[in-house]
Amino acid sequence: MWHGIDMCSLVYSFAFVPCACEHQGIVDDQFTQLRKLEDENSPHFVMEVASLFFEDCEKLINNMAIALEQKQGVDFKQIDECIHQLKGSSSSIGAMRVKNACIAFRSFSDGQNREGCLRCLQQLSHEYSLLKNKLQTLFRLEKQIVAAGGSIPRVH
Amino acid sequence: MSMNGKLSGSNCRLSANFRLKKAKETMHGPNSFRKWKRNLLFLWLLGFVSTGIIWFLLSFNSVALGSNKKTADSCEEKARILLQHFNVSKNQFLALASFFYESDQIAFLGCGKHSGLEKPWSDDVTCALKVLCPEKQDSRMQQVQIVKTMELKDQCPVQVENIHSEHDLSLLDHHTYVPQKSVSSISWEHHSGGKNILQGSAFGGQPKDNFKNLSFCMGKGCWLLLVGVILSCKIPGFCLKLRWKQKNEPAPLQPATQQLQLLLQQKQQQQQDQSPPKGAGKWRKKLLTVFVLLGILTSIWLFWHLNQKIILRREHTLANMCDERARMLQDQFNVSMNHVHALAILVSTFHHGKHPSAIDQKTFGEYTERTAFERPLTSGVAYALKVLHSEREQFEKQHGWTIKKMETEDQTLVQDCRTENLDPAPIKDEYAPVIFSQETVSHIVSIDMMSGQQDLENILRARATGKGVLTSPFKLLKSNHLGVVLTFAVYNKDLPPDATPEQRTEATVGFNCRYLGASYDVPSLVEKLLHQLASKQTIVVNVYDTTNASAPISMYGADIADTGLLHVSSLDFGDPLRKHEMHCRFKQKPPLPWMAINASVGVLVITLLVGHIFHAAICRIAKVENDCREMMELKARAEAADVAKSQFLATVSHEIRTPMNGVLGMLKMLMDTDLDAIQRDYAETAHASGKDLISLINEVLDQAKIESGRLELEDVPFDLRNLLDSILSLSSDKSNDKGIESAVYVSDRVPEVVVGDPVRFRQIITNLVGNSIKDKGHIFVSVHLVDEMKGTSDVGDKVLQQGLNLVQDMSSKTYNTLSGFPVVDRWRSWENFKLLNGKDAKDDPEKIRLLVTVEDTGVGIRLDAQDQIFTPFVQADSSTSRHYGGTGIGLSISKHLVELMHGEIGFVSEPGVGSTFSFTGAFGKGEVSSLDSKWKQYDPVVSEFQGLGALIIDNRSIRAEVTKYHLRRLGISVDITSSLESACTYVSSIFTTSAFAQLAMILIDKDVWNQETVLQLRSLLEQHRQNCKRNVSTNLPKIFLLGTSMSPVERSKLKTSGFVDNVLMKPLRLSVLIACFQEALGNGTKGKVRRKKISTLGSLLREKRILVVDDNKVNRRVAEGALKKYGAIVTCVERGHDALNKLKPPHTFDACFMDLQMPEMDGFEATRQIRSAESEVNDKLASGEASIEMYGNVSHWHIPILAMTADVIQATYEKCLKCGMDDYVSKPFEEEQLYLAVAQFFESG
Repeated sequence: MWHGIDMCSLVYSFAFVPCACEHQGIVDDQFTQLRKLEDENSPHFVMEVASLFFEDCEKLINNMAIALEQKQGVDFKQIDECIHQLKGSSSSIGAMRVKNACIAFRSFSDGQNREGCLRCLQQLSHEYSLLKNKLQTLFRLEKQIVAAGGSIPRVH
Repeated sequence: MSMNGKLSGSNCRLSANFRLKKAKETMHGPNSFRKWKRNLLFLWLLGFVSTGIIWFLLSFNSVALGSNKKTADSCEEKARILLQHFNVSKNQFLALASFFYESDQIAFLGCGKHSGLEKPWSDDVTCALKVLCPEKQDSRMQQVQIVKTMELKDQCPVQVENIHSEHDLSLLDHHTYVPQKSVSSISWEHHSGGKNILQGSAFGGQPKDNFKNLSFCMGKGCWLLLVGVILSCKIPGFCLKLRWKQKNEPAPLQPATQQLQLLLQQKQQQQQDQSPPKGAGKWRKKLLTVFVLLGILTSIWLFWHLNQKIILRREHTLANMCDERARMLQDQFNVSMNHVHALAILVSTFHHGKHPSAIDQKTFGEYTERTAFERPLTSGVAYALKVLHSEREQFEKQHGWTIKKMETEDQTLVQDCRTENLDPAPIKDEYAPVIFSQETVSHIVSIDMMSGQQDLENILRARATGKGVLTSPFKLLKSNHLGVVLTFAVYNKDLPPDATPEQRTEATVGFNCRYLGASYDVPSLVEKLLHQLASKQTIVVNVYDTTNASAPISMYGADIADTGLLHVSSLDFGDPLRKHEMHCRFKQKPPLPWMAINASVGVLVITLLVGHIFHAAICRIAKVENDCREMMELKARAEAADVAKSQFLATVSHEIRTPMNGVLGMLKMLMDTDLDAIQRDYAETAHASGKDLISLINEVLDQAKIESGRLELEDVPFDLRNLLDSILSLSSDKSNDKGIESAVYVSDRVPEVVVGDPVRFRQIITNLVGNSIKDKGHIFVSVHLVDEMKGTSDVGDKVLQQGLNLVQDMSSKTYNTLSGFPVVDRWRSWENFKLLNGKDAKDDPEKIRLLVTVEDTGVGIRLDAQDQIFTPFVQADSSTSRHYGGTGIGLSISKHLVELMHGEIGFVSEPGVGSTFSFTGAFGKGEVSSLDSKWKQYDPVVSEFQGLGALIIDNRSIRAEVTKYHLRRLGISVDITSSLESACTYVSSIFTTSAFAQLAMILIDKDVWNQETVLQLRSLLEQHRQNCKRNVSTNLPKIFLLGTSMSPVERSKLKTSGFVDNVLMKPLRLSVLIACFQEALGNGTKGKVRRKKISTLGSLLREKRILVVDDNKVNRRVAEGALKKYGAIVTCVERGHDALNKLKPPHTFDACFMDLQMPEMDGFEATRQIRSAESEVNDKLASGEASIEMYGNVSHWHIPILAMTADVIQATYEKCLKCGMDDYVSKPFEEEQLYLAVAQFFESG
């Protein structure tokens, strides 16, 4: 019986997390669309994409942080490229707040504003960690459901 | 004044030009006042210039006239001089003649020989005399000849009379040749005089020619000036135009919906362009300054030139006059001198040649007296003899007086001298006592002329030179005038003409020598001379003796103040030692050179005026240019602002929509949870408000799209009637609550399927309907063909007819409208449509024009607000907007949409009665088969009701028509009765016919509902069924009630009570009707609406090989996942180069999705290279260089390349197409868009 209740709360949580995420603007409709793409053929599509994204994102944020710390002139072109990449992937995955942070970042990097860029980078890492946190919760829940022998409710 | 004519002609052109320019100006900003002022200025200028030129020419003419007059004067003068000369000659002859009274032929010979020099004008006469004399020896005859000659010359009757008595006229014939000759000579004289005159007039004419030339030059100058004016007027205009063109040229290339950046770029470019006009303006100003300076210089030069000419002419005139006077004076003097000379010779001949002397004092006195007219200027003549001292006594004895000396040197004191009072002359070597003298100077007889200093010198000199010698001027005896004394030496013996002075002196010493003296009264001489000449008033003449150059002695004329010009002519009085000069001056100072002043001032004024005009024009041009530039700038800014606004609106709308979706979704979720009534109400209200907000945002977005011209209409076939049903069903929720009846009617002539933009069509009608839903009455949407309206006389459509009847019969109490409320005349709403009024000849047979009318019975629109009802954000009444909601841009959007459909929109509204909006729109005729599947959902069902009959009982025919229309859509034939009673009679009347068998339903409107009568009808039907038992299977007609607002409770009550089979709620809709009928008729079919599944992406993309090019692996993965989901086989590459390799023909890909922004090689470049590679292969294939087999049996390679882009703006799209891409999809993928994009490539295949 407890198992059933547990399962219930897991599934509920699993359904709630994206909803809450969307509500908080962490992710948008695109994320839902992504989840819709998940089916029997590719059961871990979202997770796969998300981990690609995390990997990509961390690398880019790192690169930008290094670039911004350069004492002898910041390579804004490189930063710009990084932001573009990040913006593309975040909009693909539907990470709205990351994307918005990218947009803000871009305006500063266009203006060659190092201070602004640093602030934005901070904001970006914050958004990123928030997203990562949420998604990892989601994936953990998913894993737990699978581990508990339940089936993952598909979005249609 | 032909020049003036030309001038005015050119002025006409000029004014035309001005007009042109003005027309241009008015384009920039009409300013009638300025125009008027300009005209005035121009007229004034024109008047001034023409007046100036006329005046100028006139002044020239007057000057020419003056010169003419002068010429005439001088001619006259010449003539007079000529005459005078003749007179002198004549006098000479007369003198000769008178002398011959007392002399004989021999003496004459010598005399004639000597006196030859006296008669320069009649050489021939003397010659004739010479010839004649030896032959005839008859001096009388000679005289006749002379007199005759004289007569011929210039009729001198007095003289002729004097001498005539002794003539023998017959002799004349023998010597006719003489007069002939003289006549000819005279005629020659006349001729030469005429020539002179001609020359004079020619000279006078010359200045005239000069003036003519000058005025011609001036005219030319004016012409050039005007041409210059015209050109320079044109050139700036032309330049301006050119510049405009240049500026405007790039503009059309760029649609109004350009990006801010582009506009800014343009602006910057324009700013760069702005420098040249300024430079041009400066250049023009410089040119103007140069022009004005040139004009001023020209006028100065003109003044100087003309003045110089005037001065020159004046000098010339003065010189002429002076010379003329000098010559005359000289001539006169010489004539006199010659005469004196002649007299001397005469005296010597007759006094000394004869013994005893033929002349004594008396003879001499008489002769000189009688010939005094010949020497008009000689006051007296005296003859003195040279007496040596040795001979003095003898001489004195012989004459009986002693030789006296002049008393004093100062001649003035000898005023009343008497010979007796004078002392005898002192003893000298020789004396020159006067022996003969003219009567006037008889007092000097016996005075020794050598005793006066002057006379002594004279005598000595005369003796030495043998010529007439003059003294320096001194006061003459007795008269107070200045005078000179002329002394001739008369020799005893003829000397050779080239005798040296020594010889001459010797001769006088050796032989007896005599002197003849004559005193001249110079002032009277000159006075007389000048008197003869005209224009003596104008000049002052002074005569000086300048023998002593340092101290000239004035002989004539008062000292007059220097008037500037002075001309000196030398006078030759025959005495080489004495020098005389004549000084001429004008009496008056030269007058101001008005002509030169006029001309130069005229030029100056013209220059200044032209300069002023140009200055004004330049200023104006500069101003206009400035304004234009400002305008361009403002325009650019406005455009930029417009674009920014549109973008802002689009962005903001989009940004608002996103969270609003969240709000609405959450609310929807909330409503699905367990809520109590109040909570539900709150949630529902919130949800409804949110929806309103979304629709408002959509409208704003639409408005923005329309304003930026980005809204485009689709052309898809759709079922108009179904669309209208769905529109009405949406609005019915609102309207039914208020008891408003809404209905749709579509004319039979409107085809089932039309091609157009259903979304926008729906939007228009929704707006109009939404605008109409107010309080009471009805909303009635009707659709007709425009053609149906064209002829009012034969309107076939009942609904339209009733509209007409309504107008014709307003007195009836209840209105024959849908709800019974009065409505406005719908015909008036489209009476202004051009389409209906104009005979639109070019009707496209493929197009149909629909007229949609939305009639309501709302509050109407206030009359003063009716003008701006289509202006965005203006509502009929600000209070109503709050009351009924709405944004106020719905109508504006509708108007734009209607215009996009090539239609017109109009309305008629009466406050308190209601409004009717009408609009037309052009649609294509569509085939039923072409209809999209989603419109075809009712098709199978419709056939079920084919052939059935229905009876509508409704007291309002128009409402019945609407019902009939819906039923007819289902293929049901309809009859209409206006009341239940008539329905009963109708039913009874058709009992026996087949029509009753077909009668499947009776629809009764709620307005005529009456339970008793319905029961009666029912029983009637029941009765009939029982009557004809053979037809048991026949179902009784079902009875339906048509209601507008009925509560579900009411409805179920009616249904269960068995009065009616079902209740139909208005507005009628096909789907509702079908459902209702199916249920009531129980035809057995479940009637489940079969919905055909639309072809999905899955079917399109299945098994398609797609290449995704994206550098971002996340994106790549997402795209891959999305496409895989639709069954596509996806290959991913990371870079543009890889894509190039993959897509090198032959390959097996069906499509390529390409990211635009990639490092190394972006999407555009990659596409370009792919396309070039493809075209290479295609060329090879086409030319047969490569076989089709080599390239996978594909004859033409063209892989669809779709851009993946996050920001879809027009410019990007255009760039995509330019690079050879086929379409674009937004990133991340949206199903609908992806479908639309790929459908065009895969659906056909």
